[in-house]
Amino acid sequence: MKFSLSWLKDHLDTTADVTQIAEKLTSLGLEIEGVDDASAALSAFRVARVLTAEKHPQADKLQVLSVDVGSGQPLQVVCGAPNARAGMIGVLGLPGAVVPANGMELRKSAIRGVESNGMMCSTRELGLGEDHDGIIELPADAPIGQSFADYQGSDPVFDVAITPNRPDCMGVYGIARDLAAAGLGTLKPVAPARHEGKFACPTEIRTDDPEGCPAFYGRVIRGVTNGASPEWMQARLKSAGQRPISALVDVTNYVMLAYGRPAHAYDLAQLSGAVVARRASDGEGVTTLNGKHSLLDRSMTVIADANGVHDVAGIMGGEHSGCSEHTRDVLLEVAYFTPANIARTGQALALTSDARTRFERGVDPAFLDTGLDLLTALILEICGGEPSQVIRAGTPPAAAKVVGFDPGLTLRLGGIDVPRREQFQILNKLGFHVGILTNDEFGEFMADNLDGRWDVIVPTWRGDVDGAPDLVEEVVRVHGLDAVPSTPLTRADGVAKPTATPVQRLERRVRRAAAARGLNEAVTWSFLPQAEADAFADGNGGLWSLTNPISDDMKVMRPSLLPGLLMATRHNLARGLDSLRLFEIGRRYLRGDGGHSDERLTLGGVLAGEKSQRGWQAGRAVPFDAFDAKAEAMALLAEAGAPVDNLQVLGEAGSQFHPGQSGTLRLGPKTVLARFGMLHPALLKQFDIASPLAAFELFLDSIPAKKGASVFARPAYAPPPLQPVRRDFAFLVPDTLPAADLVRSVRGADKVAIVGARVFDAFKGAGVPDGQKSLAIEVTLQPVDKSFDEAALKAIAERVVAAAVKLGAVLRG
Amino acid sequence: MTDLDQQQADTLAALAAATTPDAVEAIRVGALGKAGWISALLKALGGMTPEQRSAEGPRIHAVREAVGGAITARKAALESAELEARLAAGRIDLSLPAPTTPRGSIHPVSQVMDELAEIFADMGFAVSTGPEIEDDWHNFTALNMPETHPARAMHDTFYFPDEDEAGRKMLLRTHTSPVQIRTMLAEGAPLRIIAPGRVYRSDSDATHTPMFHQVEGLVIDRGIHLGHLKWTLETFLKAFFERDDIVLRLRPSYFPFTEPSVEVDVGYTLVNGQDGKARRVLGGTEGWMELLGSGMVNRRVIEMGGLDPDEWQGFAFGVGVDRLAMLKYGMDDLRAFFDGDARWLGHYGFGALDVPTLSGGTGVRA
Repeated sequence: MKFSLSWLKDHLDTTADVTQIAEKLTSLGLEIEGVDDASAALSAFRVARVLTAEKHPQADKLQVLSVDVGSGQPLQVVCGAPNARAGMIGVLGLPGAVVPANGMELRKSAIRGVESNGMMCSTRELGLGEDHDGIIELPADAPIGQSFADYQGSDPVFDVAITPNRPDCMGVYGIARDLAAAGLGTLKPVAPARHEGKFACPTEIRTDDPEGCPAFYGRVIRGVTNGASPEWMQARLKSAGQRPISALVDVTNYVMLAYGRPAHAYDLAQLSGAVVARRASDGEGVTTLNGKHSLLDRSMTVIADANGVHDVAGIMGGEHSGCSEHTRDVLLEVAYFTPANIARTGQALALTSDARTRFERGVDPAFLDTGLDLLTALILEICGGEPSQVIRAGTPPAAAKVVGFDPGLTLRLGGIDVPRREQFQILNKLGFHVGILTNDEFGEFMADNLDGRWDVIVPTWRGDVDGAPDLVEEVVRVHGLDAVPSTPLTRADGVAKPTATPVQRLERRVRRAAAARGLNEAVTWSFLPQAEADAFADGNGGLWSLTNPISDDMKVMRPSLLPGLLMATRHNLARGLDSLRLFEIGRRYLRGDGGHSDERLTLGGVLAGEKSQRGWQAGRAVPFDAFDAKAEAMALLAEAGAPVDNLQVLGEAGSQFHPGQSGTLRLGPKTVLARFGMLHPALLKQFDIASPLAAFELFLDSIPAKKGASVFARPAYAPPPLQPVRRDFAFLVPDTLPAADLVRSVRGADKVAIVGARVFDAFKGAGVPDGQKSLAIEVTLQPVDKSFDEAALKAIAERVVAAAVKLGAVLRG
Repeated sequence: MTDLDQQQADTLAALAAATTPDAVEAIRVGALGKAGWISALLKALGGMTPEQRSAEGPRIHAVREAVGGAITARKAALESAELEARLAAGRIDLSLPAPTTPRGSIHPVSQVMDELAEIFADMGFAVSTGPEIEDDWHNFTALNMPETHPARAMHDTFYFPDEDEAGRKMLLRTHTSPVQIRTMLAEGAPLRIIAPGRVYRSDSDATHTPMFHQVEGLVIDRGIHLGHLKWTLETFLKAFFERDDIVLRLRPSYFPFTEPSVEVDVGYTLVNGQDGKARRVLGGTEGWMELLGSGMVNRRVIEMGGLDPDEWQGFAFGVGVDRLAMLKYGMDDLRAFFDGDARWLGHYGFGALDVPTLSGGTGVRA
């Protein structure tokens, strides 16, 4: 909402300056977004007379002027304007002045070898208009040397952000009222001349849709001349950022901007029959003033005549019946439309307008007659003509609302003790009445007795106020929020208690563990392009796909953390990185019960390019392989508290992975805690990644919670008294046998003595028959009470071999 | 000089001339070995008279001591020299690079969320979460934004075509405020929570991305008022920016879910950075920047949360986590937060050990 200082002063009697007003507006909640004070920008420009104008010795189109700026010493200025001539008075920008149009700072300079001490300015250069054919010419009586800002006079323009609860401040008058309440002047009353009708309104006006349009007031003014609106009105409209169109249109815009009261003026000649507010029929259409054709339905209120729709009610008028320079008779519409209906219709038709903004927030339902009076008076004054009687169809919902209010709530909710008398005055100046209710009638003012609970009558323009907290807000914002004293929250006794939940602790721990292992945490978009999401959709009940994505690249909620990381990988590889370790912790979005989402905490990671660079020790660069992904998965699962010793490596990592170089880590056959491995080349191709890539994904939500009571004390430390013994076994096994199966069997061969078993060599090739491989296992035996003797060791070895043989293994000699 | 003295002198001279451990060993065998001359002298002691023995014995033993000691010393000297020579040959060029381990990092958003959790934990706030794919009841209606409320349009909401079983439209939450409702319904009152997380709005430029992070704060208790809100925000911001000169400016505003509603600006000072560019540094009152929205929780919202608004009241606030990160750590383009660019992550990321603590400070200095 923009308006000029002079416009504000139409409604507010004040001596406050621009800065005071701007600060007060912001402190009232009418946030200043900017003050355009042209005078500030023009203060370095002076009224100046051209004394002489000579041709520039080096340039045909330039002149060398001698300019008097009232300092006694004429200045030499080079000027290219065709209208520069001796004797004229113009505007000179001195060195240091900033040209408003382009932000350029003027400097003393030499133009084609001739010194120039400033610039004679055009209208456009000073941001005062479009004229750039020559420099500004001022009248002969313009005082030489005066600041152009002072000469021109200035009317600073405020730009105020109005919150949606304050339609009353979508008019200058409402803003003036707030300022007056805050002590910045006196509000001038609205008192338009009331013009009685000279004749009966020739057009029938009705509302057939009392729900969408409870009230439709109107009158005809005949014999108008629709020329340009007067200068003062055009200046007001321009300050508000509106283009003047014609007197009739400008008058309706002016009343809307000044009082927050939209209205519409129809060219009566374009109407036939009764003018009715009614619901549109399905399929009915109208071409609105913006040239757009809208298809309507029966949820929408329209203004129509016998021939069809002329206005999407409260939103935008129709092209056909708008006023033009030929308009002689005009029908004024001042109506009240139900905010919710306007909002729905506006959304459905995607039509925005100043009228819609006001109606959907709620205009003053008691301002219809005043609005009509204002419009009538202005039209008669500017366009002439003769008004008809007023037709009032329907009744606006203008019943007074009463809010019970205990002024003590201001302290209890607002935290500030404002004396009752001040609260009363604030509310009163904002138009609230503090009265007592008796027999459904409003009693007299009771300003003398402010004790007890108040019944506050809410002004009709404050539809947003419907409870005591709203009144606290009014009091506090006018009194000043800055005065609210900072009050500490109570503090629990002692040191603050830990607050993180187990899941939060898990997330933090795993995140820092991953970073400690050399992985860089990324945060990628939750949404993906369709194809990238599809590539990771593993039958999770369907992807979540947006109806209105901001772009096709951000359409589908990720079913896995890997696609986003792959896109980030592509981004990095395209920038020449030769090694990349990325991870992300976040949610993957699945389908849950009851139509809800199932958002699961997940850690994804990618390892791309070189694991280690070529080096003087290791030689060649080493690429990442599936075991690197496994290592990260295992290490991070361990940090997450998963029982990693009990995990099984199984297949089925998903179609996104290399079928022979990927796996899942499972707790039991069903609970998949992680998947890892090399990605499938076809998938990488889809993501436009040329090099092989290892990846892992941890399903943090699947990690079982720790069982048992959580205590700090650990079990007693009881190291075995005797040294462990190590024995090596080498087996030939079928190539298809997973090494982990053999280790598990071996480990289980003697559950007391064997405390560890690990593969230390795996070999295929010379000396090993086809279809087999050699696995060497180091078994750790822990004696308990006494050292093993030869017989005991032999017995254990036999059990180890026997366990291996069950899996088809043969002990190598 | 006796023979014995001569023999001892000869042996010691031979030892001094010996240059290898083998030569020393040969001398040892010649002197102290089974057939060595000192061994022979010692054996000869047995056949002497007591008088002779007491005269010769000490002499012979002294010779044995001297020769034996010299042998040991020479041997040690030679071994040590040989070791030195061997080590000298094993010299390596330590100016060559040592193996490196990659340095990981924590994303600024995560780091700042950890900082927030730490600061608010000290004030007794727990961390709550809620779904990002929300229904329109929790995101709007329960927050006092009925279907036709103009504020809904201001939210630039992303919708799904889906409805839940109650017929509620599914959408991406536009703010973390639905967590207020969920937490009140689940836990009742009193409450002190923050709710950080991803939120979504259909908006994109250098300071707006369609996904960003917000942290919600909610206090519900008896007797909570605007003064508590002011104190909480001041205390939090002073702790977060680790500055005592943080000044807040409260402005009346409008949010459907709070009444009264308060927009909070924070004062800044322009400081020239090392790159010569003036940066806004929070603290002081040279200028104001909009930082967060807040207010006293609307009675209707408390009712929607299943609580009695005559008994319970409280405040709520919401602030951009990414924005807090940018203000504290100096990033100037929000979009770069979500690129996953390893160079950016390395530059603006934090070390694994930069865990925010109250005793060590929640912030990490550049």
